[in-house]
Amino acid sequence: MKALVIGCGRVGSTIALQLQTEGWDVTVVDENEDALSRLGENWPGAFLVGHGMDTDLLREAGIEEAEAVVVSTDGDNTNIVIGQVAQKRFGINCVVVRVLDPARADFYATTGLRTVCPTKTAIDTLTEAVRACEIPGAKVPA
Amino acid sequence: MYVIIAGGGKVGANVARSLIRLGHELTLIEQRRDRFERLEDEFEHQVQRGDATELYVLVRAGVTRPPDILLALTGDDEDNMVIAQLAKEKYNVEKVIARVNDPRNQAHFDLLGISPTICATSGIMALVEHEVPEHDLIHLLELRRENLEIVEVQIDRDSPVAGKRVESLRLPEGSRLISVMRNGQAEIAVGSTSLEAGDQILAILEPGKEDELRRVLLKK
Repeated sequence: MKALVIGCGRVGSTIALQLQTEGWDVTVVDENEDALSRLGENWPGAFLVGHGMDTDLLREAGIEEAEAVVVSTDGDNTNIVIGQVAQKRFGINCVVVRVLDPARADFYATTGLRTVCPTKTAIDTLTEAVRACEIPGAKVPA
Repeated sequence: MYVIIAGGGKVGANVARSLIRLGHELTLIEQRRDRFERLEDEFEHQVQRGDATELYVLVRAGVTRPPDILLALTGDDEDNMVIAQLAKEKYNVEKVIARVNDPRNQAHFDLLGISPTICATSGIMALVEHEVPEHDLIHLLELRRENLEIVEVQIDRDSPVAGKRVESLRLPEGSRLISVMRNGQAEIAVGSTSLEAGDQILAILEPGKEDELRRVLLKK
């Protein structure tokens, strides 16, 4: 099973390490070669320096054989475009795209892109955490 | 008509200026504070500050009216693609024109169905090729919607078609000769037109047939 992770920041690098321990053959792409250090000293997978918008680079990274693509650069619009390229040009079914803006995440989800919005998750979790304090007099939603 | 322009750099601001001069109503959207403040002196209420890839910014600019046309002219291709998609697919704006900054991203715009697009680099390269022909086959015009392109070919002395009539040529399927230019005079190419060394030919063809056409006309 081959996975491609595009964008190796805090999120991307952790996903890459996680998938790797779960038995995936993981290739990571990042614009900045220093990002490799986030994968630890003994990263066994491949690491390519370049931009995810570059289709030649995606091919070199083996996107044509990938079963899953995770797009997690720090730009919402970059992620949205790369995600659609992976889906529409390379026909990957499992494309997961990080989109911080909830509004854009919702819209692109309706078009069939698997968007994940950490902002929305944070909002829900934090709201839930406040409720969990069970402050007397606070209304609990049904 | 009502126009929304995303991106208030040199391109966006000058397009806005020209449209206002023609009497059109418009809203210009600019994200950067320094640029916005300069634009505000000139465009007043017609410029708004914000990130045009944010839905509420587009709504505030009147995307739900909807505008007759939206122009995605920022200096960032990913932003322009998202703006164009949101306008077309979410807000049903009928006409969207997007600027391509890096010609290597053209394929992405095409993949996402964003058309028409305009790319200054490609336009300049086409002019350079026309003025200083480096290649034997020059791209003059791309008709994206029709999936056709128009090219110019110069027939030289070694060309296998010099001295032949158009009807006798075995042109690749999906290609046609349009015209023949000789001594500064252009003529429509018909079956009985004969070709000579030095002729400049315009041809229309499906993209990807260039090499086949080159082989027939130039044997290269």
